[in-house]
Amino acid sequence: MSDFSTHRRIVDTVLRLAKSTLAEGTEVHVEEISGALTRFANNAIHQNVAEHGVTVSIRTVVDGRTARATTNRIDEDSLRATIEASLTLSHSQPKNPQLLPLPGWQRYRKVNRFIKRTAGLTPEDRARAVRRACDLAVKNGQVAAGIFSSGQNQIVMGNSRGLFAGYRETHAEFSITMQEGAAASWAKANSANVRDFDPQKLAARAGEKAHLACNARELAPGRYTVILEPAAVLDLVGFLFYDFSATALEDKRSCLNDRMGTQLFGKNISISDDLYHRLQLGAPFDGEGIPRQRVLLVDRGVPKNLVYARSTAKRARKKPTGHGFALPNEYGEAPMNLVFSGGESSLEKMIASTDRGLLVTRLWYIREVDPYEKVMTGMTRDGLFLVENGRVASAVRNFRFNQSLIEMLRNVELLSPAVRATGEEAFEMVVPAMKVRNFHLSEVTKF
Amino acid sequence: MWDLSTHSIDTAQLRGASYADVRVMHIRQRDLTTKNGQVGTLAQSESIGLGIRVLANGAWGFASTDRLTREGVAACTAQAVSIAKASALAKRGDVVLAAEDAYIDSWQSPFRKDPFEIPLEMQLDLLLAADAAMRKIKGVTLSETGMQFRKIDSWFASSIGSRIHQRKIISGCGIAATSFQDEEIQKRSYPNSFGGQYALQGYELVESLELLKHAPRIAEEAAALHSAAQCPEKTGTVILGASQLGLQIHESIGHPIELDRVLGQEANFAGTSFLTLDKLNKLRYASDIVNVVADARLDHGPGLGTFAYDDEGVPAQCTDIIKEGQFRGYLSNRETAHLVGLQRSSGTMRTESWNRLPIIRMTNISLLPGNWSFDDLIGDTDDAILMETNRSWSIDDRRYQFQFSTEIGWEIKGGKKGRMLKNPSYSGITTDFWNSCDAICKFDEWTLWGTPNCGKGQPMQTMGTGHGASPARFRNVRIGAAFSNQ
Repeated sequence: MSDFSTHRRIVDTVLRLAKSTLAEGTEVHVEEISGALTRFANNAIHQNVAEHGVTVSIRTVVDGRTARATTNRIDEDSLRATIEASLTLSHSQPKNPQLLPLPGWQRYRKVNRFIKRTAGLTPEDRARAVRRACDLAVKNGQVAAGIFSSGQNQIVMGNSRGLFAGYRETHAEFSITMQEGAAASWAKANSANVRDFDPQKLAARAGEKAHLACNARELAPGRYTVILEPAAVLDLVGFLFYDFSATALEDKRSCLNDRMGTQLFGKNISISDDLYHRLQLGAPFDGEGIPRQRVLLVDRGVPKNLVYARSTAKRARKKPTGHGFALPNEYGEAPMNLVFSGGESSLEKMIASTDRGLLVTRLWYIREVDPYEKVMTGMTRDGLFLVENGRVASAVRNFRFNQSLIEMLRNVELLSPAVRATGEEAFEMVVPAMKVRNFHLSEVTKF
Repeated sequence: MWDLSTHSIDTAQLRGASYADVRVMHIRQRDLTTKNGQVGTLAQSESIGLGIRVLANGAWGFASTDRLTREGVAACTAQAVSIAKASALAKRGDVVLAAEDAYIDSWQSPFRKDPFEIPLEMQLDLLLAADAAMRKIKGVTLSETGMQFRKIDSWFASSIGSRIHQRKIISGCGIAATSFQDEEIQKRSYPNSFGGQYALQGYELVESLELLKHAPRIAEEAAALHSAAQCPEKTGTVILGASQLGLQIHESIGHPIELDRVLGQEANFAGTSFLTLDKLNKLRYASDIVNVVADARLDHGPGLGTFAYDDEGVPAQCTDIIKEGQFRGYLSNRETAHLVGLQRSSGTMRTESWNRLPIIRMTNISLLPGNWSFDDLIGDTDDAILMETNRSWSIDDRRYQFQFSTEIGWEIKGGKKGRMLKNPSYSGITTDFWNSCDAICKFDEWTLWGTPNCGKGQPMQTMGTGHGASPARFRNVRIGAAFSNQ
């Protein structure tokens, strides 16, 4: 992996080369990725991969026009050709009177998300952890499948007005599905620090729940009280947050159109976007190099604020919040580091307080049915359990749900403290487990 | 490129690999979008690199690099062999590959107009004109258009002696109009949702779609949907438009027949499949009139699943998946073919890029045409809902229970197409649904749809797949559950 100075040299080279072109402004992103992923199924490793790559992405601005060209060839000739490609694209379009000049120098708050232990993880380290998880599965008569990945990435950006920003982070992830006959369950964790989770504990938890998931019985569809584990909450609410983009409201494709400032959710729901939260990852700047700000999105159930890229901020007479995507794009911005305020309950307390309901491990294949009422459909997966009289009573066949997220966040009865959750449908967030009444389970499947 | 490939294979063998294959890929892409009369995305990219897959100590390793020097390739190859040896620490048996011949070949997908040679101004002018045509319609609050072009060169070499160069040109484009009114968002897309139509063709695809002709129509429909009647909730007959049926094929036939899913290799992420090995040649998947093939050959059409060789060096093939309603075949690779009694892979290993491992993928999974004209099909139907253009899609992780909704529906009463319906949806169990098919339109109505965004694998890979379909009728289907409040 290169250091910052190597990438800075690439940025400086591009800016130097661009000076002899018609570009009035130039912005450069250099990203290096080094990652590896060990994949296992049927209690053995079946795929085991590593990748390394550097990309250089160049945006030029000329006469009120802008465009981007990207390459992974970093010799001078290739960089020069990429600048020319960007200029050709820029020239091909009509002038955009709303295009802003490049931003100048910015000050960033420091974050430290690079952990040497994670960066140094070897294929043998991952294989040994996988082996232990698979051995546990064999011992329990189960079948394990999953991944153990690790890696690092670094992004450096600069522009011709003196902006320069750099960030690097490590990441590690372990995900496991344990299967026992027709039953299955799942556990997953990720962090910048591989020591923040224990693959063997995740394997044991998935194994125990897979055993509990055997002999699932079929229940009738209908409205149920559900206890959503954090991964299930994450994958559902992840679909809500592009609606907090100022551009989405301008485009009238947000469920928050005509609803900002109203009591849309329950008073126990408060949500911020906070890159600097200790359980979050990510760079402290956005696609234009603007520092990310903490933004209170929902205050006690009331949507209060949106996030703004520079262009939407100017139109709305607000300050940019540092959530813009790299230009040019049509989506504007989005909050990507969500933190729910959570509560003081726990999964155990939620179960104990439930006369009849369902405990949901995770959700799957979630898609939007109604964009304004935010009705989402999807399936329960890998461990659905009937809770009766304060106890987990039996496993239940999986349901399809068709549920409005707005209605759901009005019906939250209990919340646990928020934790860093990881799923498959949404980016990682800091969310609580939730007990929700009247959750709409519309159809049942065959397992 | 062959020098680097050969160097990689030689290095792998010197380091103890019993088998190696190498892909050098050069991918060029151009993306253009507009929104509300302004250019949105305007970008192009290129990526070139090498990925090597090796078998050592009976287990797989894969590594990739963009350092295309002899030193860079040697280091990457050494890493792949080292990873394979680590894999062997947690193996349950040695990988065995089905026999395959070596091929030396070069192939290019046919096209008439190279989209990278068409002036950008002309492409943007067309998109902006379509955008403007939609915004002229009262009630449209968001107009969006887009084009995407890809040129992919791949050089495949393997230790059994294959040297295969393929060049593919892929084009895609589409438009969409959205209308927000009275606490409701309605949208219409052409020629399909989520980006439009994609094919292994040049710019001639864009020209054939006649965007300007269709822009006012879909804009009017988006606005009109607000005053349309709600699709009822009931059990009844549906007629699916060809693009929606293409996605139905993708989700409820294409994914379940992937042998890696069947064998549990995707259990942690994409899921498994209800099509366990005991069901081959025994399961009545569909009614007698249903015939489905996996066909990667150019003869089938210029689909996103069309190629000359897969990314394991196996020639493109046509495999019967469902024949007269009976389940007949899976998608396999060289590692899994013997598990279903095959002597040879069915040629479905595909990779997104040089830095991704090839995995079993759909090629063109197509429903073969039937005998009905569309007009006759409508005329023969007393009471049904015609559903067109996908809006949402979801299916469980074993591919039994699905739910789809579409952008627009039309009431069919007494053999005639009647009033517009909003928020149509249908749901069911895969085999029940396919066994209820009683009419399929003929080749005149058949289109090879491109699905450009199929996600699978860890790390995630996005792949294009093809799905030939013509409108078809299904009986006793649950309708309207997505919008039910019960």
